[in-house]
Amino acid sequence: MRWMWIDRVVELQPRQRLVSIKHISLAEEHMHEHFAATEARSSLPVMPGSLIVEGVAQSGGILIGHALAFEQKIVLAKVTRVDLDHDATAGDTLRYTITIDQFGPQGASTKGVVDLLEVWSGKSRTIGHIDLMFSVLENNMAGIEFPEGNFVFGEAFKTLMRNSGVLIPGE
Amino acid sequence: MTRDDIYAKVKEILADAMGVDEGDVTPEATLRGDLGAESIDFLDIVFRLEQAFGIKIQQGELFPDSLAQNADFVQDGKVTARGIAAIKEKLPHVDLSAFEKDPQVSKIGDIFTVEALVRFVQNKLASVPG
Repeated sequence: MRWMWIDRVVELQPRQRLVSIKHISLAEEHMHEHFAATEARSSLPVMPGSLIVEGVAQSGGILIGHALAFEQKIVLAKVTRVDLDHDATAGDTLRYTITIDQFGPQGASTKGVVDLLEVWSGKSRTIGHIDLMFSVLENNMAGIEFPEGNFVFGEAFKTLMRNSGVLIPGE
Repeated sequence: MTRDDIYAKVKEILADAMGVDEGDVTPEATLRGDLGAESIDFLDIVFRLEQAFGIKIQQGELFPDSLAQNADFVQDGKVTARGIAAIKEKLPHVDLSAFEKDPQVSKIGDIFTVEALVRFVQNKLASVPG
């Protein structure tokens, strides 16, 4: 499944809150490059912060898209805040808890909490906060026109949602 | 709430929303030209004003949302007299005196100054009963 940075939606309260998880694996190619070994040190596999932001954005997109019956195109428009204070590595699970802060016809703002879960110890702790803004493309303020088909919630998203038990209208 | 209280809050909101120094947020600063606001920032500003002042802002109430698409209001890249009149009616918080001299639609962003936001909030709070 290309470019999906969450593995499952585990909780969805319509128009309010969504919780998703992302398991991190050494089989993910980027873990070998981020960071590759150098002469000075051995390899250091760390989940890139940018992909954590993308996972939170995908989670927020589903939460907002669900509220609009997936009929409109929801895109990440602004990264308002990113604070990550601990690395996540292979074997860790990340949990993203997204809540809608404000919601209007043109878009929404969300607050996200990133927790790191250690499956082997059962421990979890909050390692970051990611606040985002999403735009509803059909109502964007720039007045730009986009293709009619919903290119945002394509097959990859639908597979994820079906696998998570999220109902997709029309199915 | 006094005008100075509103200005102080608006200043803080704009600095947070656009990552600029509060010192750059002067009353005459334009949101787009001077502070670098992009289209999504206008929605961000609306959301933040609603939260900070406990007000509800309808779509198109603070910033126009369909001016450029209206053929009556824009012709040959300029805002028409009808367009100017419509802006004055819909957005009384905006000072159009400078824009009217050269009403190019590409410069419409310049009418949204920090002062216009302060005036908008003042009007909005004054209209709330009690």
